[in-house]
Amino acid sequence: MRIEGKGLIDRSKPVRFQFDDIGHTAYAGDTVASALLAKGQRLMGRSFKYHRPRGVLTAGSEEPNALLTVGRGAAQEPNVRATMQEVYDGLEARSQNAWPSLKTDLMGINDLAWPFLGAGFYYKTFMWPRGFWERFYEPIIRRAAGLGGLSGQNNPDKYERAYAFCNLLVIGAGPAGLMAALVAGRAGADVILVDEDSRMGGRLNAETYEIDGMQGHAWAEAVVAELQSMDNVRLMTRTTVTGAYDQGTYAALERVNTHRRLRPDGAPLETFWRIATKRAILAAGALERPIAFENNDRPGIMTAGAVRAYLNRWGVSPGQRVAVFGNNDDAHRTATDLAAAGVEVAALIDSRPDVQVSDASFPVLAGAMVTGSTGRLGLTSVMVKTANSERQIDVDCLAMSGGWNPTVHLTCHMNGRPTWREDIASFVPTPGSVLGLVSAGACNGDFSTADCLAAGAEAAKAALKELGQKAPRASLPKADNTPYALSPLWAVPGKGRAWLDFQNDVTVKDVKQAATENFRSVEHMKRYTTQGMATDQGKNSNVAALAILADATGRGIPETGTTTFRPPYTPVSIAAMGAGAQGAGFAPQRLTTSHAISIEMGAPMIEAGLWYRPSYFPRKGETTWRQSCDREVGYVREAVGVCDVSTLGKIDIQGPGAAALLDFVYTNMFSTLKVGRVRYGLMLREDGHVMDDGTTARLGKHHFVMTTTTAAAGNVMRHLEFVHQALMPDLDVRFTSVTEQWAQFAVAGPKSRALLNELLETPVDDDNWPFMACGAVTVTVAGVAGRLFRISFSGEHAYEVAVPARYGESLFKLLVARAESMGGGAYGMEALNVLRIEKGHITHAEIHGRTTAFDIGFGRMISAKKDCIGKTMAAREGMIDPEREQLVGFKPINAKKELTAGAHVFNQRDEATRVNDQGYVTSVGFSPTLGHFIGMGFVKRGSERMGETLRIVDQMRDLETDVEICSPVFFDPEGGRTRG
Amino acid sequence: MVDLVAKSPGAGVLPVTVGALTLAEVDLGHLTSIAPYVGQEEAASTALKSAHGMAFPAPNRTTGKEGARAIWFGRGMALLAGPAPDAALMTPAALTDQSDAWACVALTGEGAENALARLVPVDLRAVHFKRGHTVRSLIMHMNGSITRIGADSFLILVFRSMVGTLVHDLKQAMEGVAARG
Repeated sequence: MRIEGKGLIDRSKPVRFQFDDIGHTAYAGDTVASALLAKGQRLMGRSFKYHRPRGVLTAGSEEPNALLTVGRGAAQEPNVRATMQEVYDGLEARSQNAWPSLKTDLMGINDLAWPFLGAGFYYKTFMWPRGFWERFYEPIIRRAAGLGGLSGQNNPDKYERAYAFCNLLVIGAGPAGLMAALVAGRAGADVILVDEDSRMGGRLNAETYEIDGMQGHAWAEAVVAELQSMDNVRLMTRTTVTGAYDQGTYAALERVNTHRRLRPDGAPLETFWRIATKRAILAAGALERPIAFENNDRPGIMTAGAVRAYLNRWGVSPGQRVAVFGNNDDAHRTATDLAAAGVEVAALIDSRPDVQVSDASFPVLAGAMVTGSTGRLGLTSVMVKTANSERQIDVDCLAMSGGWNPTVHLTCHMNGRPTWREDIASFVPTPGSVLGLVSAGACNGDFSTADCLAAGAEAAKAALKELGQKAPRASLPKADNTPYALSPLWAVPGKGRAWLDFQNDVTVKDVKQAATENFRSVEHMKRYTTQGMATDQGKNSNVAALAILADATGRGIPETGTTTFRPPYTPVSIAAMGAGAQGAGFAPQRLTTSHAISIEMGAPMIEAGLWYRPSYFPRKGETTWRQSCDREVGYVREAVGVCDVSTLGKIDIQGPGAAALLDFVYTNMFSTLKVGRVRYGLMLREDGHVMDDGTTARLGKHHFVMTTTTAAAGNVMRHLEFVHQALMPDLDVRFTSVTEQWAQFAVAGPKSRALLNELLETPVDDDNWPFMACGAVTVTVAGVAGRLFRISFSGEHAYEVAVPARYGESLFKLLVARAESMGGGAYGMEALNVLRIEKGHITHAEIHGRTTAFDIGFGRMISAKKDCIGKTMAAREGMIDPEREQLVGFKPINAKKELTAGAHVFNQRDEATRVNDQGYVTSVGFSPTLGHFIGMGFVKRGSERMGETLRIVDQMRDLETDVEICSPVFFDPEGGRTRG
Repeated sequence: MVDLVAKSPGAGVLPVTVGALTLAEVDLGHLTSIAPYVGQEEAASTALKSAHGMAFPAPNRTTGKEGARAIWFGRGMALLAGPAPDAALMTPAALTDQSDAWACVALTGEGAENALARLVPVDLRAVHFKRGHTVRSLIMHMNGSITRIGADSFLILVFRSMVGTLVHDLKQAMEGVAARG
């Protein structure tokens, strides 16, 4: 029910929203929880396991019960806390985990079966028949238990990630946080103040305290206004700091548009922030803990602080007749505030026998405890036991308080453990747990407003000092300084189920049961009972549960300890953490200069690293890729083919030490290479395995251009940096990538020279441009200074021609047009692959990281005349063991049979099992040149087994073929065609 | 003899305007990486000064001005943007033509800093990252070079082949900024 004259809501702005398809009117500033309570609706959800009717327990982000699904269809968001969801016109919220309706939930039958469903029931109950667990029991249990669900559709909402930087991050904008930000802000410090609420002020918005003669919330408002006017202070509302990480990095989730129905185009729902700061002040406040007693979970039973929040912040009394039950003085405020607002307070029940309340306008029961409650869908009465009597009091709301737990979570994110403080019966942060972070205010165990303000100011001054900034003199505002007094009460003794973890339906009994079954460590208890494992991560139950465990195991609370608090503090949607990485944002796309033309030519693209390369160029009438591929192979073998090879890594290496660097990173010698010549090189990793291969051209005495494979370009660059910086720092060499600078095209085939000579200013012939010749600036391609290399991957007379990338598209078009006029044309990756397999040239299919130079038959390429990276390790016994699998070629015995890459090799009569494995197939292709499939791969002692017939078995595709082991060079083994 | 037609990296994808922000391709002229050889840093700086009017930039700084700028480009390297490099630079440093390797774009308008804060893990606020300051860092997934060239404008360089992704990522960031109003 609404209370006139109370609350920080805007009553001039009514808002219409729906809960479970029923329309409600609320006011701007309401949450779904406050709006429903205002309407007298206490039932808001069903519990996880027993489907018990539940109402709102808290007024903050720790809410375990009132979880909603907001929105419809693909945009629906499950497990939204009703206490955090601000109402807006058109909001649609639905309850969860109930069928057919919240009031009549058939799964509520679970609650009757509770004696069988205690902690660990599924470990004991569903043991037989054995096979039934996965197929039968588990699916049923999963369906019966649970929270909200996703839509199963692609999420259309936009999310965002962003970075922020400051010198001082203040987490929480209650009295301590505001004071800290004010002191630091006035000193001119670079401050970010973050608060998870839509309105800064923390408890000041929920209480009736005064600060400097102003109402608490008004003081907060004034401070926020002052902070807003400072250029050096950034305020972030609706933002929860969810994690503390190394080097002053904090994660924070901002709910940017969860409070609006309509969002501007491109506006994110949430933003995931990474905030880097030099110092941080944690002023996260405290969370009130419930008291466990029988049936303490009925809708209408909530924390005392939450009742005050609904009353003072939202002008709502959660009940008409309210009882307050607590073990501390703070709970008394609830009774006083309610009474002052004209709400009937049935009783203030305090477990402490010696407590006295002066001027109470309501009955005070000292030394009394609530032992039970009634009301299936909403509280109707509580049973109260005093020293000498037991009575039932009719109420529709019970405000309970077992004391406050400082919000220590962030201080534990880097393996810190909190410290137990007996006087407040709570854990407080252990100083120094997170480097650069100090705790202040209620999260540090300061429970009076005056203490919080003082602690905030102190923490700010200390941070300013560390930052080398002067703190201004500031007098502290006057505020309430009532000491916090409590006597611990975790659970009221009784027989029935007394709830600890409302979200995971864990009771006092469950925790005791765990202890009985020897799950005595708090971590074991947690996992056995599932206490603290749901979306609230035990914020409402951890301390009480471990206190009960401590009691059950006869240990103290500090020895029992807490479970580990890990990030995130509150749930973070994966969509926010991965924002920007959906669809095209998943990975950068690298497009060649010929990309658009290739697409126009109908070429499907395949990914090579981040690059996109044309697979083949289909022609009219071709129905399969093989037809296109065969035709393109024919271009190269018979006329001339053109292929974009710009994606290969190109590294420009210069300086007097260039040759020495190459000699050290390649197995073979490069210092002897003549200017104007190209040499093939093989590179090993430090462990002796092959890293990469490619050609390197010498353009000048001290100038080389290294070519790497497409996929390994980055690795090779990193490797060169490592070698230069770490192993040869004195070498006078400089290198940089020029992959992007040059568009490079292979022009391959018997007519390649004829084609090029049409474009080159100075024609080439075998004398001035023999095999493995190269030239830089001397080459002018169609009027543009370029580079020409006579190298061949296809085994044909071939060249690679490079021009600055701006001319790439134009040159590609020109080359393809000329090639087509000569009976050739463009070829893609499929044809390139077939051509290189025909020649037995390796790619990373063969040098896949586990093969050595010895394995690929290049053992002799490791020069004996010099040292190189990987040389020593490659010489290890096991690396040159003749039993190793060696590179071979495969020919099917039956020419019509298909070969498949990934198939394994077996002796003909052996069973196709692991122990009989002789090797595997790495690359295959149909050779139109030879008219049958050919393949490459590795076979034990392969080089000695030429001509032998073996069997390849592809167990994935269910194929089997007899093959002849042969040399991997299938075509033109003498290389006559290459040399022209 | 046929002619080859030059095409800029951003042709077809730029410019893009969202709200107050514009992302547009800029023609910086010649781009040459300059990497002084061992012990030649002073000589390279002197040669750069006498030939092109600017010293070799310190880490995270640029020298020169619009039209002829030297941008720190990583360990022991600067990128000369504008003039073709003078031959005198070839002795003290390795020179590499990079004119076609980089897509060069300018992000301009109020909130440019905020758009970059969505992609770049570096504090680019004007207090710390002043005009002429430069950094090699990530732009979402990509490695790039970012230089502040004005109160509300940044020069951004990424690999030519990745310009489409740069536009995609920056456009989303620009939309996010515009939507905040």
